[in-house]
Amino acid sequence: MRLLTREALLSFRRAPLLSTLSVTTIGFSLFTLGLFGLVAINLREALRGLEERVEVVAFVLRGTPAETITLATQDIAAFPEVEDVVYVTEEQALARARRELVEFRDAYRDLQVNPLPASIEVRLKAGYRDAATAARVAERLRGFEFVEDVRFGRDWVQKLDHLRNITGIVGLVIGLAFAAVAVVIIGVTIRLTLLQRAREISIMRLVGATNWFIRGPFLLEGALKGLMGGFLSLLLCYGGYLLFRDRSGGTFGGLIFFHPVQMAAIVVFGVLLGLFGSLVSVGRHLRHV
Amino acid sequence: MIRLTHVDKSYPNGALALRDVTFRISRGEFVLLTGHSGAGKSTIMKLLFAEQRPTSGEVRVSGYDVTSLRRDEIPKLRRRLGIVFQDFRLLDDRTAAENIAFALEVTGARRDTINARVARVLAQVGLSAKSRAHPRELSGGEQQRVAIARALVNDPAILVADEPTGTLDERATRGVFQLLRDINAAGTVVVMATHDLDLVRQARYRTIELRDGSVVYDSAEDEPDAVEAGR
Repeated sequence: MRLLTREALLSFRRAPLLSTLSVTTIGFSLFTLGLFGLVAINLREALRGLEERVEVVAFVLRGTPAETITLATQDIAAFPEVEDVVYVTEEQALARARRELVEFRDAYRDLQVNPLPASIEVRLKAGYRDAATAARVAERLRGFEFVEDVRFGRDWVQKLDHLRNITGIVGLVIGLAFAAVAVVIIGVTIRLTLLQRAREISIMRLVGATNWFIRGPFLLEGALKGLMGGFLSLLLCYGGYLLFRDRSGGTFGGLIFFHPVQMAAIVVFGVLLGLFGSLVSVGRHLRHV
Repeated sequence: MIRLTHVDKSYPNGALALRDVTFRISRGEFVLLTGHSGAGKSTIMKLLFAEQRPTSGEVRVSGYDVTSLRRDEIPKLRRRLGIVFQDFRLLDDRTAAENIAFALEVTGARRDTINARVARVLAQVGLSAKSRAHPRELSGGEQQRVAIARALVNDPAILVADEPTGTLDERATRGVFQLLRDINAAGTVVVMATHDLDLVRQARYRTIELRDGSVVYDSAEDEPDAVEAGR
């Protein structure tokens, strides 16, 4: 083990420029990946805020007895998709309109008769805030005789669905593309190291070194480069994050950075990329020596 | 210890390097392989340490059948051999002692065993005082001694030396050759390829001469007494 570590570290001393180049390339590949990750988690965070506003509103026919509505509200609250149900009376609707719709305050003040209907507002549980579920719940609400109309903002719920799907797919595709590029780059830098040390490898084989013994230091070297590249990318991401957050003049003040588990995942991913790149490169080289 | 039976070796470009080569080398022997450049000496050497495989025929070395040796068994065979080349093949960025220790490190030997064995073989080749010197600080003869020490450090049953004196001056040649004789006297089989005819004549060891890939002379068969006298 000591020999393995010594051999792996020796290559950093022997070829500092090449090693720095490898670490920097891995760092920048993961940085690009990390930036996309940051955009993705912040977008997800923003979407979560929007999602919480997905609700289904059933407007109640005028004159419906309060007991009927109370019973129905209990029924609706028992739907598996429903988080909570709020009954808004005609008076409450008017008070809310006066409070929230400032432009029409005067119009609402002078009214003789309240034109607003009472409504049942249904909020959906997390995980059910999509267009299909909202439509299903709306359909069931329409089944109540006292319900005049049901609205759930079908369009924007569907758009939200699309946006979420597209973000996921684009993130995955770009992430995979960058991961592939990082593997190729690591493979190339390890291959350069291998060519530089071809003589040493041939001597190792002559004195009876097994292929795994020869691979060991290169794999460790790849993993170390991946580890350093991972940390470098985190530093770069954090720098980029701070810059964007502070220069945006408060617009993006609520941006979040990676969770420690996510940071560990980036570093582990770097190590895996380094290992994989070295493994492929060394395997190919040993087959041809 | 070594047996070649009807060995042919041809390369992918069609060139025939060995043609029906048959000989056997027994325990304790010192054998000189001679012949012009391209006669097939180096090809035989490469067959012995499984760098190449025969096209047909059988090659057996120290109990291993090189013809059908699995890739993962090649290191095991090589650990039972000592291999020495004309160009020394030392690592320039390591000292003499580190170059020798390298051959033991790859076998996973313990550090204290390595230190003791390295000191022993350095003394054996007469270079104890230069253990910390790098190859560039050593003469050609000294570098070859380091390479021989590296070949010896695993206590090999067979020492394979491909033109070990090829680039050395006369004095260094004599020194290296004497070292190989001492090694053989201690019981190790030595197979040495050389085109140095003076060396061949003086040594009176068993000599196998190759020409165009075929054995044209083997003193063990043609003059068995002379070979015995050389021992």
